[in-house]
Amino acid sequence: MVNRRQLAVLAAAVSISMLAVACGSDSKSSDTAGTTGGDKPYAGKVVTIFSSIRDVEATRLETAWKPFEDATGIDIQHEGSGAFEADLKVRVDGGNSPDLAFIPQPGLLATLARDGKVTALTDLKADVEANDIGGWVELGTVDGKFYAPPFGANIKSLVWYSPAAFKDKGYAIPTTWQEMLDLSQKIVDDGGVPWCVGAGSDQATGWPLTDWVEDAVLRFAGADVYDKWVSHAIPFNDPAIIDAIDQVGAIVKNDKFVLNGSKSIPSTTFQEAGLPILDGGCYMHRQANFYGNQFPEGTTKGPDGQVNAFYFPTVKADDPKPMLGGGEFITAFNDKPEVAAVAKYLTSAEYANNRLAEGNWMTPNKKADASLVTDPLEKTFQDLLVGSDIFRFDGSDSMPSAVGNGTFWTEMVSWVTGKSTVDAAKAIEDSWPKS
Amino acid sequence: MSDVEPAAMTVGGTVATAMVDDMQPRSPRDQTPTATKVTKKLTSPFGRAMVWLLALLWTVPTFGLFITSFRPEVDIKTTGWWTFFSNPTVTLENYKSVLDYTGGSGRPFSNYFWNSVAITVPGAIIPIVVAAFAAYALSWMKFPGRDAIFVGIVALMVVPLQMCLIPLLQFFTSGFSPLSGGIPQIWVAHTIFAMPLAIFLLRNFIGSLPSEVIEAARVDGASHMTIFTKLVLPLSVPAIASIAIFQFLWVWNDLLVAKVFGGGSKNAPMTSALIDMVGTKGNDWQLLTAGAFISMIVPLIVFLSLQRYFVRGLLAGSVKG
Amino acid sequence: MSAIQSGGTASISTERSKGTIAAAVVIGYGVLYGIRTLLGDGNGPFAQIFKTLYTVAVGVGFLVAFFGILYALASQLKEPWRERARVAVFVGPALILLIGGLIVPSVLTARLSLFTGSNTDKWYGLLNYKAMFTQRQNLLTLRNNVWWVILVTGFSTIVGITVARFADRMRGEPIAKALLFLPMAISMVGAGIIWRFVYANNPSKQYGLLNWIWVGLDPILPGKQEPHYWLQDTTFFGIKSDFLPGSNTVFMIIVLIWIQAGFATVIISAAIKGVPDDLVEAARIDGATDRQAFYKIVLPYVKTTVITVVTTITIAVLKVFDIVQAMGLGGAFENNVLANQMYTESFTKQNEGYGSAVAVVLFIAVVPVVWVNARNQKAMREARA
Repeated sequence: MVNRRQLAVLAAAVSISMLAVACGSDSKSSDTAGTTGGDKPYAGKVVTIFSSIRDVEATRLETAWKPFEDATGIDIQHEGSGAFEADLKVRVDGGNSPDLAFIPQPGLLATLARDGKVTALTDLKADVEANDIGGWVELGTVDGKFYAPPFGANIKSLVWYSPAAFKDKGYAIPTTWQEMLDLSQKIVDDGGVPWCVGAGSDQATGWPLTDWVEDAVLRFAGADVYDKWVSHAIPFNDPAIIDAIDQVGAIVKNDKFVLNGSKSIPSTTFQEAGLPILDGGCYMHRQANFYGNQFPEGTTKGPDGQVNAFYFPTVKADDPKPMLGGGEFITAFNDKPEVAAVAKYLTSAEYANNRLAEGNWMTPNKKADASLVTDPLEKTFQDLLVGSDIFRFDGSDSMPSAVGNGTFWTEMVSWVTGKSTVDAAKAIEDSWPKS
Repeated sequence: MSDVEPAAMTVGGTVATAMVDDMQPRSPRDQTPTATKVTKKLTSPFGRAMVWLLALLWTVPTFGLFITSFRPEVDIKTTGWWTFFSNPTVTLENYKSVLDYTGGSGRPFSNYFWNSVAITVPGAIIPIVVAAFAAYALSWMKFPGRDAIFVGIVALMVVPLQMCLIPLLQFFTSGFSPLSGGIPQIWVAHTIFAMPLAIFLLRNFIGSLPSEVIEAARVDGASHMTIFTKLVLPLSVPAIASIAIFQFLWVWNDLLVAKVFGGGSKNAPMTSALIDMVGTKGNDWQLLTAGAFISMIVPLIVFLSLQRYFVRGLLAGSVKG
Repeated sequence: MSAIQSGGTASISTERSKGTIAAAVVIGYGVLYGIRTLLGDGNGPFAQIFKTLYTVAVGVGFLVAFFGILYALASQLKEPWRERARVAVFVGPALILLIGGLIVPSVLTARLSLFTGSNTDKWYGLLNYKAMFTQRQNLLTLRNNVWWVILVTGFSTIVGITVARFADRMRGEPIAKALLFLPMAISMVGAGIIWRFVYANNPSKQYGLLNWIWVGLDPILPGKQEPHYWLQDTTFFGIKSDFLPGSNTVFMIIVLIWIQAGFATVIISAAIKGVPDDLVEAARIDGATDRQAFYKIVLPYVKTTVITVVTTITIAVLKVFDIVQAMGLGGAFENNVLANQMYTESFTKQNEGYGSAVAVVLFIAVVPVVWVNARNQKAMREARA
């Protein structure tokens, strides 16, 4: 019996040590990092960041904060996900929140903040007020409390085109909505196809169409109506909104105007949608500045390049120039000094400069040094952002998730393939959460 | 005995042995004189043609993917894969690009492959061992409520996995869990979700082993552990092997569980890298097809090679019925 | 029965050798742990492979040690507690996992379905359920699910029975069956890629197989066959009806049939092989044709197995969401299914209450399937006995 008991004790020891190692292997790497402390204030601390940024873009932003990691000893572990919203939700609800997340939707930020999941970054409010272009303090504020400063920004009121093709055919860049429609008709008369439109994006299929509609609302109804529309002070199917949607419909629901016809829009992924510009398949593609990344490597951009972008025109030439845009909010989930330090750094002009130097990025930070942007097209974008008369955040991202991540997308898809504007708008209005 | 129990017994027995029979078409049983006589032949020329037509139809999509993965990007995007036969151009470039793909995490593709291995092997072994112990107890140990417990377990087969994700994750992160993140958490989650079906199938197989053999061992003074490891497990190899294949395929091909419980790209399996590619690389079919094919290789090898090891257990022949 | 003899002797005599083995395990494990620590976060080929093997060894080793030690500890007790403790060691781990991992979470989810709001804190009674059974979009989702179950289960089983019947003892039988079974080995993500490629439409330079065939049929078929966006068609091949599924749904259903038919084939085929030859022969002597012999003798004999297959596939169909995620274009074309709706409502639309209600309905939908299955087979057994 003694033997057996010894055996049991021995085996118990083995299994406990195995369990400890099996479960503890995650923490080990951070421990070893901690031994190289020195005078670094946060030596050995790890800050995890979760975002929707992946691939090359992720590498760039990681390169940009490397000096900060070296100076402070904080190990910033970034992870990008293609299903960011769903993954973040699972993690936060599951009690496995990242330290920081770059949330692109003010609506989601508000939801999480009201749930008490978000740690307010009140200290950074002054920085944002002093440094950033207008509007971002309000966007990061929920119920009067400032939660999240902006990270990157993007602008969406842009139309991509091929300068060479335009020059070839003698087309001029339209400066009013009517000129844009006239140009479209002219291209058709010349035997071409004016527009490339694609709304396919897996579960988020439809979002590029919501951007079209938002741009049209800003132009035809104005920023005040836009704000009321987004905050649901007026119903979704208000006549002004219906009119704006119909204006978009005049383009995207016209089979002659759209490459492969309107029916192709939902199945054409937004990533590949604009590529036919390069080979003359179509002439114009309305999409945000980040679409520049989709063109094959080596594509030259700018007024003399293979592709360029012009400002999505207003109704009249002398109308104020609204800019539809988006961006990410630095959202903290853990109240720790190193997390606050990273958030403060990412809000600073210092980081913005590092990141601008890497290329393909925009910041709402006015103090950032725009001369660091080398690419002429990106410089235009940065100027358009900082200099826009009216900047409005992507409305669908501010609406409740049931609409902004749900019916607005799906109804726009149904609409572009045949549903009437009135029916689609009513269906969205009906789905707006009551309360 | 309840309503469910005796019925379930046949079901599990049939399923478990059915798979085994199939994997081993030249099993001893087929070579017995009665079987080699073609008295039971049910096939016909028309029927055979239909079988081959179906087999062909079933293979075409995968075959198209296979061909596509070797074609240059330009060809893929301008012509259908069926034109390959009139204009065969082969490249390995697509596979190279996939293997060089690092995704958002900056980790090499091989990393995802090894993660998949580390998740899948214990992810298939642990549930089967745990279920086998339970199945033995539910068959050959006497305790009150035994049949009720079995019926309850069978009923749990219908619980949708998604229903349990968040509460389970909450438990894992609550501090009450002995595990702290990473791959072991994925194993446990897979074990939980596999448990009802595995117990169901194994109990029916183990429960239908001849009781004389078990009783004889008990009379010889063998303990439960000895009977279980030395007698029951070896006899159940066919059932275990077929369940192991299904569990292996399920875990290897899983995306949801690994994503929710893995806690980041560090522990992410290959399906996760693949879905990432679908998202960021949109319609780059040259990457998607090659990536999809790489992720299929291991399950195919496992499936095709393991079927050989489905040697019917010593007494398995008498289990049937 | 050599296994029993060796088993019997092992339990009496080999205490010392067990001690040696345990010591070897501890030392071996220590060495592995040392190497693992040295490798740290290394990412070289050797480091990756070693770490993988290490993780696997730890997982499996822990499992063996866990049961071994608990059993050894239980064996220290005196009867009657020893037998009880041993039972607990055998069945306890599985029960704990099931209760903690399935039962408790399910109950929590069922509770959530009675609430609403993004924080799921507002009492909502049965209004989530009411919405599910009254709103048009949700009813269409329910309709789709019914068709998914009918078509996938029906066609997979029919293909399974057909192949199992005609391939039986045919030359090349294993190859034909392996080809049919192949899709089971492919992940849903992979299957999504394969079929999106088949259904793709690129009008100018067609690389989608289905559209190529469709346009190629133009000279033969009446009307004009133009490239089609198969996954966007909400009509049932031209017929608009609230009761029929859209052809987009049908094309997604085909993918699941493609995956499940192999499973049905393998299992039904094995059952047919188990039909005693003399039964068929007797029918033949009575003058039955092959066809009659199959439908009168063989099929009734394997009825139990067929019902099992139907049940298993039905459960798999109700749980499907990956295919709709990969090919459903966000559910914009009246093509959603319950499992996917549960996922999007809970995780992307922040409407967890409704998502939970969908989960509960799914659960309730499966229960009768399992129950009917159990009843049926009990009857079968009694009839045969």
